[in-house]
Amino acid sequence: MERSVIIAGFGGQGVILAGKILAQAGMDDGLEVTWLPSYGPEMRGGTANCTVVLSDEPVGSPIVDQPTGLIAMNRPSLDKFEAMLATDGVVVVNSSLVDRTADRDDVRATYLPFNDLAASAGNPRTINMVALGAYLKASGVVPLETAKRAMSRMLEESGKSKLIDVNCKAIEEGYNAA
Amino acid sequence: MPTDIANMVKVFERPASLTGARFTYCPGCSHGVITRIIGQTLDELGIAERTIGLAPVGCSVFAYLWYKCDALQVAHGRASAVATGVKRARPESIVFSYQGDGDFASIGTAESIHAANRGENITVIFVNNQIYGMTGGELAPTTLVDQKTSTTPDGRDPTLFGYPIRFSEVIAQLDAPAYITRQALYDTKRINDTTAAIKKAFEYQVEGKGYSLVEILSTCPTNWRMTPLQSNEHVENVVTEVFPLGDLIDRG
Amino acid sequence: MGERLLLRGNEVIAEAAIRAGCECYFAYPITPQAELLEHMARHMPRLGRTFVQAESEIGAISMVYGAASTGVRTMTSSSSPGISLKQEGISYLAGSNLPAVIVNVVRGGPGLGNIAPSQCDYFQATKGGGHGDYRMIVLGPSTVPEAGELTILAFDLADKYRIPVMILADGLLGQMMEPVELPEPVDLESLPAKDWAATGAEGRDPNIILSFDLGPENLKQMNLVLQEKYREIVNNEVRYEESDSQDADIVIAAHGTIARIAKSVVRMARAEGIKLGLFRPITLWPYPYEPLRALADRVDTVLTVEMSAGQMWEDVRLAVAERAKTPFYGEMGGVVPTPLTILNEVRKHAN
Repeated sequence: MERSVIIAGFGGQGVILAGKILAQAGMDDGLEVTWLPSYGPEMRGGTANCTVVLSDEPVGSPIVDQPTGLIAMNRPSLDKFEAMLATDGVVVVNSSLVDRTADRDDVRATYLPFNDLAASAGNPRTINMVALGAYLKASGVVPLETAKRAMSRMLEESGKSKLIDVNCKAIEEGYNAA
Repeated sequence: MPTDIANMVKVFERPASLTGARFTYCPGCSHGVITRIIGQTLDELGIAERTIGLAPVGCSVFAYLWYKCDALQVAHGRASAVATGVKRARPESIVFSYQGDGDFASIGTAESIHAANRGENITVIFVNNQIYGMTGGELAPTTLVDQKTSTTPDGRDPTLFGYPIRFSEVIAQLDAPAYITRQALYDTKRINDTTAAIKKAFEYQVEGKGYSLVEILSTCPTNWRMTPLQSNEHVENVVTEVFPLGDLIDRG
Repeated sequence: MGERLLLRGNEVIAEAAIRAGCECYFAYPITPQAELLEHMARHMPRLGRTFVQAESEIGAISMVYGAASTGVRTMTSSSSPGISLKQEGISYLAGSNLPAVIVNVVRGGPGLGNIAPSQCDYFQATKGGGHGDYRMIVLGPSTVPEAGELTILAFDLADKYRIPVMILADGLLGQMMEPVELPEPVDLESLPAKDWAATGAEGRDPNIILSFDLGPENLKQMNLVLQEKYREIVNNEVRYEESDSQDADIVIAAHGTIARIAKSVVRMARAEGIKLGLFRPITLWPYPYEPLRALADRVDTVLTVEMSAGQMWEDVRLAVAERAKTPFYGEMGGVVPTPLTILNEVRKHAN
């Protein structure tokens, strides 16, 4: 089975990193994965997104027409990508910043205030981890513990070990709230 | 009186580092003298067997033929960048590039300045004759104001073609180079000075002191439309007024 | 093979070059291959190897020429506009019989174009971007792991034939991440000696590296030597992949990123009963004309799909030689065709 998710938001909301952690977790879980970022000047302040494909077979296209998942960190992301979602797809919406619900009635939508949950986890910048946790719960694509381990290792490798605890808390906040 | 060949003492001979291949230069041109001085320097320092020479595009395109050392013929203007690649790959080699004014100071401007600015441990022999000899006497970056060339038939008009560029002075603004000097060949003293300068430049490289540049005011009797003697007088009396001789940097 | 790592295409090419024994790397920054340059900047000095950020693309390829002349394995990388600047040096490398690896992470063109993925440099890479009668071996990786494998192969082929070899990737392959097992480092001592290299003429006659001879008959001979080498490469080094072609009515001919996207299209098409296969050249030069011609005898249609106006399409038509229909679908300007858009093209040609 092949599953795919577009993670989208403003530059600075951490969507690129959330995608990398998901891809790493999928790989650690024995899946084939691809991670494809939008790249270039738009990453420096505009909108950013990445696409992660996870499959138990070799991945063909890293670009997807109909993703089975969407993480919308802001309103423009929901507006842009909702229509693409596959039937029965999963959409996780940041209700802190998105003032509408999904138009589609053939998808499963989850609305959570990522910004509030991140703040209660102890660091407002962990909204990407809140979002990832929520998506993991809604999609079941990779076990929570695998994602936490992948995240901890990646932070450690980039010399940010002291951020591991708060990010673990944030990913759990999202997972439990979803 | 018949010459007593058997008892003659040899007081002057071709440097062992030169192959003896016939030069392709015009009569009276200074390239031959410079080539000999380099060969003599390689002999004196005993470095020919670990030297890699770079021949440019221009009258000295055949420079790979003259020396008994490994050599590369390289693209027009790129010799200083190619020398960078050679030297970084083989720091134990002695690397020199031989470049004319069009090569070094016009089409190779970026490569020349940046090799110097990185302080590459190479030696550049920069031959300045103020003209493009091989292609038929066109304007060079160093052509003097009012000098007639085949592309400035009425003389170099600085309002249209700019002024002769003192490229060694440009490079002397940089912090990295170890040795930058301008020399000439119009009389015995200047030939001796040039010989000493080239030797110092190679010595600095052998000692790992960094980038060295020897600019040599050269002659082009053919395209200047002068005799070799007139050419030497022209360098002494006219060219050195625009391109003064002497050391610009010596950080040895 | 080592552990499985999640890495970007650009990083994998860089790391594979290091493991292939690349001793000198020279480049100038440009998107979308900056990660390649940055990986080399971090790792080459620590290994005691050479990294120089050159003053320009011309400077970088000229440095490659110098390093290659001494016999070390050397590489430069860039993206389309930068590769245009390198053409002078590539021609000199070819003319001087020097081995070197050049990576082009292609972006949209012409001119400044943009930084999105494209295959619009196919002509430049395969038909000779610089002056003179010369060829480069051109390898077109389709996935991140293959980008690593082909980088190793590029160094081996460059040395074997004393020829510049280009890795023709694109911005998508350079930027995307995929699991990869990196190859073990090559033992430099095991590489064949290069007795032609300029290393100092101690105890032997000088070695002269050049692409120059004023005599037409002599230069003709130098060219004939090159042409003989190219024939040998055509005979020995053609590489391609054929999949799902046994019972196919239609095959997609595509290289690089588009070929991997096409693998998804094959699955989708077969799910709706269209017998679709894939033909993927791995060597873009030498091009697999004969295998494609043999395949064309068995199918009705060879649909070329590219991120260009139809550059590889010319080679496909040359290969197919009217043995099958040869429609074309391409996108330009950095637009990447999605599986569905390609599937729609396939449907138009299905019976």
